Parts: sequence; C-alpha cells; structure tokens
Amino acid sequence: MKEKLVLVGNGMAGARTLEELLKIAPEKYDITVFGAEPYGNYNRILLSPVLAGEKTIDEIMLNTLEWYEENNITLHTGKKIVNVDRKACKVIAADGSEASYDRLLLATGSNPFIIPVPGHDKAGVIGFRDIQDVDTMLECAKNHKSVVVIGGGLLGLEAANGLMLQGMTVTVVHIMDTLMERQMDPVSGDMLKQELEGKGLSFLMAAQTAEILGEDRVSGVRFKDGSEISADLVVMAAGIRPNIELAERIGLHAERGIVVNDTMQTYDPKIYSVGECVQHRGETYGLVAPLFEQAKVCANHLAEYGIGIYEGSVTSTKLKVTGVDLFSAGDFIGDDTTEEIVMKDAASGIYKKLVLKDNKISGAVMYGDTVDGAWYFQLLRDQTDVSDFRESLMFGQAHLGDSGHSGENAAMAMSDEMEICGCNGVTKGCVVKAITTQGLFTLDEVRAHTKASASCGSCTGLVEQVLASTVGDYSASTKATPMCKCSDHGHDVVRAAIRDNHLTSIQSVREFLEWREADGCAACRPALNFYVLAAWPAEAVDDPQSRFINERAHANIQKDGTYSVVPRMWGGLTTPNELRAIADVADKFEVPVVKVTGGQRIDLFGIKKEDLPAVWSDLNAAGMVSGHAYGKTLRTVKTCIGSEWCRFGTQDSTGLGVQLEKLTWGSNMPHKFKIAVSGCPRNCAEATIKDFGVVCVDSGYELHVAGNGGIKVRATDLLCKVASEDEVKEYCGAFIQLYREEAHYLDRTAPWIERVGLSYVKEKVVDDAASRQALNERFIESQRYSQSDPWAERVSGKVAPNEFTPLKVIG
Amino acid sequence: MSNWIAVGTVDDIPKLGSRVLQTPDGDVAVFRTADDRIFALRDQCPHKGGPLSQGIVHGNTVTCPLHNWKISLENGEAQGPDEGCAGHYAVKVDAGNIQVELK
Repeated sequence: MKEKLVLVGNGMAGARTLEELLKIAPEKYDITVFGAEPYGNYNRILLSPVLAGEKTIDEIMLNTLEWYEENNITLHTGKKIVNVDRKACKVIAADGSEASYDRLLLATGSNPFIIPVPGHDKAGVIGFRDIQDVDTMLECAKNHKSVVVIGGGLLGLEAANGLMLQGMTVTVVHIMDTLMERQMDPVSGDMLKQELEGKGLSFLMAAQTAEILGEDRVSGVRFKDGSEISADLVVMAAGIRPNIELAERIGLHAERGIVVNDTMQTYDPKIYSVGECVQHRGETYGLVAPLFEQAKVCANHLAEYGIGIYEGSVTSTKLKVTGVDLFSAGDFIGDDTTEEIVMKDAASGIYKKLVLKDNKISGAVMYGDTVDGAWYFQLLRDQTDVSDFRESLMFGQAHLGDSGHSGENAAMAMSDEMEICGCNGVTKGCVVKAITTQGLFTLDEVRAHTKASASCGSCTGLVEQVLASTVGDYSASTKATPMCKCSDHGHDVVRAAIRDNHLTSIQSVREFLEWREADGCAACRPALNFYVLAAWPAEAVDDPQSRFINERAHANIQKDGTYSVVPRMWGGLTTPNELRAIADVADKFEVPVVKVTGGQRIDLFGIKKEDLPAVWSDLNAAGMVSGHAYGKTLRTVKTCIGSEWCRFGTQDSTGLGVQLEKLTWGSNMPHKFKIAVSGCPRNCAEATIKDFGVVCVDSGYELHVAGNGGIKVRATDLLCKVASEDEVKEYCGAFIQLYREEAHYLDRTAPWIERVGLSYVKEKVVDDAASRQALNERFIESQRYSQSDPWAERVSGKVAPNEFTPLKVIG
Repeated sequence: MSNWIAVGTVDDIPKLGSRVLQTPDGDVAVFRTADDRIFALRDQCPHKGGPLSQGIVHGNTVTCPLHNWKISLENGEAQGPDEGCAGHYAVKVDAGNIQVELK
C-alpha cells in the first residue's frame, strides 16, 4: 500500500514540491492537499500585474484543479487545517474533517504584517497577499477615490502603482527615509521616488502611523506628529511574517519561522516544511527562487533518494513597476571592511553602485540601466576575484571585450517584437508569453520552452533580464551549478574526484559520484570522457559513443546529414601536390562545394558518410592528415608570411606556426582552440583574438592568451614577452595544459580566464618556472597518446569499422 | 501485410550506438541501449530532419546531433516541452538476430 503524504498550504512552494516529487517518484504516495484559499495554485508574485490590469487571474494560475485530478491528488480548497495530532499522525481541519499521514509537508507561507495600531481591524483595512485582497482593491477602486498604502517596500510600491493605474489617488506612507531600503541605498531610493512622483504617486516619508480613523469603515489615517490624511482604503504592505500559527499550536519548534535542517526536515522527523514559513540556517526567504530550490531538495528526501542539500540562497530583486528599471543583489550598503565603486548620471537617470569586499563583489544596486545585473550577480555568486578587470568593472561585461551590441541590449526598453535570440529567432514577446503562460521560473525552463539562448548562449544575459523583470526576482543558490540534470555536482568537484580517486572511466565516475542516470546524458558524457582522458592520458580509454558525432566520425556533420572534410595544412602552407590531390578527391567524389576556410585551409562539403574512409585514404596518400576541424582540440595555427618574405617581418612567423601546430595537434581539450602567429605588430594573422597568439617583435615574441573572435569578440590579454622560439613552445604547452586540467568542458579560454583571472594564469605559467615546466611536461606526455592521425586509423579498418557502413542496404 | 526484414545481429551495433538501415523509403536508424535492447526509428528528427542515428544514446533516449532534441527510442516522441514524432518500427530479436518490420 502506498504511503500517505499530506500537504498543508496549497501555495507555490508546496505545489512545486509536489511537482518535483511526481517527477522522480510518481507512485510513492497517496497525496492529499489542504488549501485555505478556494483556488488551485496561482503565481502570487504576479498579483501586482493583476492589480495593475495587465493580467487576469486565469493568466496567473500555475496548477489548475484539473492538474490535481490528473495526478490523483485529493485537493481540499477553502479548508484550513487548525490542528495536527502528531501522535496519531493526522491533520484536523476547521470543519472537523481529518486526514492521516505518513509524511506531512507544511507550506503555510506567510501573512501580511498588519501594524497593530488602533483601528487596524476596521473595514477597508487590508493586506496585499492573495486574490481576495486584489478583488477587494479592485472593487473599492470602482466607487472610492483615495487610498493610503502603508509601506514603501517592494510590495507597497507595486500595490500603489496598481491602484494608481486603477484610477485612485494614492499616498504611500513609509516609516523610513528611503524607499525600498532593503533593496536600495539612499541615492537610488531618491531617484526612484522622483520617478514615481512623476507618474503621479504621493509620498509621506519618515511618517509613523498612529491610528486608523473612521467609524465602522476607514476614513483616514493619523500619524504620530498629529497630522491626518483621509482615505477610503488602507493597504498594509509593511512586510510579511512567516505563518507559524499552526506549527506553534502543535508544538513544532519555530523561531521566526519553522526551523528546518538542510534537508527541509523539521524537528519532527515525519514533518517537512518549505517556503516562506521556514527558517533555514537563521534565514527566512520571501522570494520565489529559494522556495523552488527548497522544493527540489524536499522532494528528493520525500522520495527517499537521500541526496540533495539546501545550503541557502543569494537573492536579487527587480521591481515590477512598468517602466522602472531597478536591480539589486547582496549586501549593497557595505561597512568599514568594504569598498564602493559608484557611477551617477542624474540627467540620464542612471545610478550604479558596486560594493566590493576583498576584491570580490558583495552587493550591487543599479537604477536606470540594469543590463549587467545578471553578470554582477554571477560574479557575486561565484565570488570571482575582480582585481584583474576592476577598472572596467563598472562599465559592464561588454567592456571586457566588445559584444557588438552596445546600447541595443536593454531588455526593459525592448518592444515585444524585438528579437532577443538571433540563433533561434525568438522575440522578447515570445519569451514573456512563455514565462507567464507556462509558469516558468528558471533560465533552463525558458531555454527548454522557447529555445531562447539555447544555442550559442550569447543572449543569456538578456533572457535572464527578461526573466527577472517578468517573474520579479531572480535568485540563485550559492552552490556551483550542476554539470547536468544527471547529478548535483559541479564541474570542479567532478574534476577533483577524478584526480583524487584515480577514476579512469566514465562509468567509474558515475558510480563514484552516484549519478542519477545510469547512462548519463548527451551533456555529461562528452564532458566526463574528456575529463578522464585529460587526467589519465595513459590509462583512460576513449569512449566513442560519448563523443559528439563530429568527433566520432572525424568530420563535420552538416544540416543535410552529409559531412565536410578539412585536411590539415601546417601553418597554412600547402603544395601543388596537395592541391592536386584535393582537386582529384573533389572530382572523384563529386564534391559539390569547395571552400577556403577562415583558418587558412580547404573544406570539402557534401560528402556522404560511407565515402569518408575512401576520401581520407586518397588524402592520406598525398601526405595529408586530419585537420581536426570538427573537434574540441587544436583547430588551426594561422600565420602571416613573416620575415622570410615580408619587408616588415621581424621573425619567421610561418616557421614558428608550423612548429606550434606540430606540437599541439590532436590534443583533447575542453573546447576548440585556435593559435596564430603574426610576424610583426601589424598582426596580419589576427593573433590577438586567438586562444593563444604570438606577435613577433624585433626583440622576441609577445605571447597573448584567451582571445576570441566568435560569439563575443574578446581581445587577448598579454601573458608575457619571451626571447626565443623554444620559450614560445614551452609557454604554449604550459598554457594549454593548465586550460586542459582546470577549465570546464565547453569553456573556451576566454570565459575560463575571466573566471579564474589572468593573475592566476600568470602565477602558474609565467612567475613560477618550475610550475611552467611541469605543466609543459605533462602536456608533452599527454600528446604521446593523442598524436596519431584518426583518418589513417579508420582507413586501415582497425578502428571503428562499423561506423561508416550501413547496417544493411535494402532494395 | 507484415514485412519483417533480417538486418543483422545485436553485436553489429555498438552499445549506446546506432547504425543505419538504408531502404527505398529512406533511412531507418537501429539503436542498441546499454542493456542490449534494440529499437528502430525513422532516421529523421521531427524538428529539422537531423539524422538521429548520429546522436548520443542514453537510457531510452537519443539526443539529435543537430539541435539537441531528445527523442524516445520506444515511440519516437520528442521529450519535454518539444513536440513531434519520428516514426518508429517494430523490432524482434531472436538469439541475437535482429528483425525490423518495415511498412
């Protein structure tokens, strides 16, 4: 017989826990839900847009009554649970009905804080918490004129904005000097106040409410200083309090909230709790993302998977008042131990403040221009050392390299028709619609439903902004992002486990780290295959089935399922014989298109998979090998002609390029890797947008690293200057090895170095000669196992003989 | 009318891999899972026609190599929020010999 799970509280946190639970253990429990409100589960955060008339109740429903039916969940709406018999394991509702449980989940949420001044219980005094409150406000707006909103925080301002749009005269009363003092500092708070005054709101600052006036119904508010204003409606939005009424009645340990451990379990092991009612590690949360993380962990333990720990969340906030662009995160007030970087342009309505502690971002406030909010929030969560780019930090991520969209990427300013994701043609309106109609809350969900930012990822920041401004807050866990859905471990943990425990196969990694999916998935398998090969080059065996098709077939798959073939041309050099052989192959196999690539070689398109070995055989016969144009490995070494011919050339750039290509080809890397060597500072080989670039000068060689000419153009950082070709090669090997050993799979060198910092790379590769030599030696050693031509291996028929032939041909 | 065709043996296909059956009506992808079950789908992703035989196989699913759609090996249906279906074919395995029922 199934165990019984009872959920008390049919709000976002509780229902999300059930959704997570049904995903992983759909048959484990008979589930009964008690909700005090007469609805299914709706998105409470979107009550503000409902009040403002921008959305309807139906549009904010997350789980309809049908959803409960379809999942065989017994739902009691409008039934408040008033007691729990913990000995007999049953809950008791106000109407006397009962339900017994094996596991109980309390998700009682929070209550609006009604300031206990005289008259607070008069008709016309309400909170702003549920659909009923919104209905009351909308009803009141029909025949009353003036409203006082007590509370100048996020909730109060959203309520005030909505009531104003409903045609009421609104005065916001705030006890502090600064609006939204939990999210804003005094400067940005003042800018916000001015903007909202411009829209028609009135403010009474530093005003302490003394009494609500009126007979049965409210008629006004009196303050401590004796002044009065009239009001037909008073909305108390002075904060929320975790609803611990039930927990206290049944003797369950609660302080500000119901106290839970890292598995969301209360002091009664049969009772779990999630959402705004809980207190975890001393913190309570009133934002949605932490609740969802809690839901995920709680579901995991209810399903008795026994893994998953909630470690708290860092939160960020956006104000959902149309046309006001505001972002804040972390500790933005600062103290004696912090430093501030501030930019203020009052005329343009822009204010930004970053708070740094030990060269790491600890908080951020942005007003008017929040485009880089998601980036700062990422740096804050990752605790990235920003000293290497501190002077350009304030100007945003684009200034670490020109993304080419400057001024055109403010999400709030975009119209619904404007395209956000250029790869998949997704407009802003499309994303917003998916978020609201499908009830999406995370970047992953938006990617899955709309494909926005799911291809090249360059619009991720924009999508995050749209998500944040539509959902209202965008918060995240402090822990590292998991590699994929098969596990909760981040890349660094996995790499360390492989190193420290001598794990030499994908299978052993999955077993050691308790992967949820026996086979892994298309995201983690290629990563794990690379990680074991990089850590144990002599022992790990390559798993072809865990490589993307291009690396398995050693050619580039094209949209029609044919392949393209690129033979290597060392340093961009070729010969009449090689060109003749390429021409012969093109004739013999009726190659429809021959193209010169950006990497100084020749690409043959439209080749059928079964013809690949024959094509390679002909190219091999002319002395050519695979150009690895398809792999996470060295692609090309681009060169200019250099001192041998060029009147400006200072060194033999072509010759050095050939040497570097001979040194590095075939190496397994986290992502593709490009090298260039220019013979003089005119830099015709464009070495300063490559992963490793050499610019020859009269006195030696400048070494540049971590450039990128792709999605986001990023000029290289200067690593150092050396005097000889041998040194160039040693530094190159050491740099590549550090990248191979420490970057995450699918990180190009640019994002990797932005994460770890140029100083760190210099420390390992430049400052410490012993470290450099050791890295280079490990690189040379690993190359012993990777420098055999994959084309020749397959032409011989000894490797992957079945890959290129059909299983059977019929008819 | 049934049209069962012998196409080869289980060992002809790598574990977590796939090979192609060329037919006059187009390619059929024949898959082998980690636990040696065999499935056959039309070798065309319902999204943009990507060759599913070239994807990465995991569990009962193949991920299309072109745009990462996940397709169920059991019924050809796209997983998650994506919608679409690659046709699937009945498969029999007897003593390691695979038969596929072509339509």
